[in-house]
Amino acid sequence: MKRVVITGAGTINALGHDVPTTLEAMREGRCGIGQLEMRDVDRLGIRIGGQIKGFEPERVFNRQQLALFDKFTQFTMVAAREAIAQSGLSFEGELGTRVGVVLGNSGGGMSTIDENYRALYEEGKNRIHPFVVPKFMNNAAASHVAMEFGLMGPSFTVSTACASSNHAMAQAFQMVHGGVSPVMVTGGSETILCFGGVKAWEGLRVMSRDACRPFSANRNGMVQGEGAGIFVFEEYEHARARGAEILAEVIGYAMTSDAADIVMPSKQGAARAISGAMRDARINPEEVGYINAHGTGTAANDKTESAAVADVFGPHADNLMMSSTKSMHGHVIGGTGAVELLACIMALRDGVVAPTIGYEEPDPECALDCVPNVAREANVEVALSNAFAFGGFNAVLALRKAA
Amino acid sequence: MSKSIQDRVIEIIAEQAVLEPSDVTMDSTLEDLGIDSLGLVESIFAIEEEFDISVPFNANEPNESDFDISSVSSIVAGIEKLVKEQHG
Repeated sequence: MKRVVITGAGTINALGHDVPTTLEAMREGRCGIGQLEMRDVDRLGIRIGGQIKGFEPERVFNRQQLALFDKFTQFTMVAAREAIAQSGLSFEGELGTRVGVVLGNSGGGMSTIDENYRALYEEGKNRIHPFVVPKFMNNAAASHVAMEFGLMGPSFTVSTACASSNHAMAQAFQMVHGGVSPVMVTGGSETILCFGGVKAWEGLRVMSRDACRPFSANRNGMVQGEGAGIFVFEEYEHARARGAEILAEVIGYAMTSDAADIVMPSKQGAARAISGAMRDARINPEEVGYINAHGTGTAANDKTESAAVADVFGPHADNLMMSSTKSMHGHVIGGTGAVELLACIMALRDGVVAPTIGYEEPDPECALDCVPNVAREANVEVALSNAFAFGGFNAVLALRKAA
Repeated sequence: MSKSIQDRVIEIIAEQAVLEPSDVTMDSTLEDLGIDSLGLVESIFAIEEEFDISVPFNANEPNESDFDISSVSSIVAGIEKLVKEQHG
């Protein structure tokens, strides 16, 4: 089987419009969550989110692209351009026919749907723009990445709610690992930050009105974010032959299904995914120095995730660090695992572990070291990235420091 | 005569629990009735719609809000208070 390395990374999210800015914000423990700005915000009960500010799509996309790109596609393209530029790859000739795009996404173009339903139902219009379907479909973002870069290999979109991008990256890993393709573009994106999207989440009564405080005893719910994280996964020898910079190595993954409840997390399902990823990567639990937690800041997730990690790692659970960067960028849903993979890369490559900010009170049910409030320097050899979705679908990735 | 708030709340809870209203007593807890977290959220939505009120309830801190869900009688008392406050 082939070794798989990451040779490009790109992002846009509430912490920054590229990877260096995002990592700097994570190092400084900056909070990207603030007051939402959108139409009818005064009718919302939840008015905070990790919203991307200061992004001007007309500066980076032409007229035709703007007509076809929902926000989730715009975010994906910005991140993909950064990742592919960093990789230094070009896809002319035979390579392009083998490279594919596998991205995670949950809701598709929700803003497009929201705006057009409003026109139909509220304004009583009988005609909407002809591009509504190609804009909102879940695979629009992956398709536009393929078109812009000439990627003609296996390509599709994975939709498993909050685990979408981890499932997508696991698929991309598998394709490079198994020799299907020497390079895959992968990751994910999401934005539910439109009036109807936030209203839908409000209904579940799991959202916080003030802050995302994972693992803190006074946590009171999740906060939505938006954005994209895109990576170039490349076969190790292929990367080495062209002298590419290796950001980290992807060494394994596992996916499990709770088969239990549509919204409540399961300790067993999470634990099986974590231990499965370590088995797949052929590592001992003692090698893991950092876990990027799913850490949503809900009462249920954080205690269940802490219990799962404690079960899997035994005494070593007290030696490892497990932080949730959702406290800074919010929950990016189908793109969250991709944005959070950046924290794993930072831990492995730069030796800096991103903090869990907003941490105020210890919770005996979340007794692990969540790197409260301040980033920490540490030598991390192996990191895991957890994603546990509504619907009970879990995906955990394992990464190692570049050799 | 229109039904009392108590009867209307019991009907909503009974429907959620797939029971007859007569099986729901004032000292029943939601757990006794087999109503889980999603069932609770759905019941609160139905109550908000029925009485045209807004119920302050966050599933992450059920004990923090003023709205006490520990038994059917506490829920009824909470709704009576909210109806009074929000519809005077």
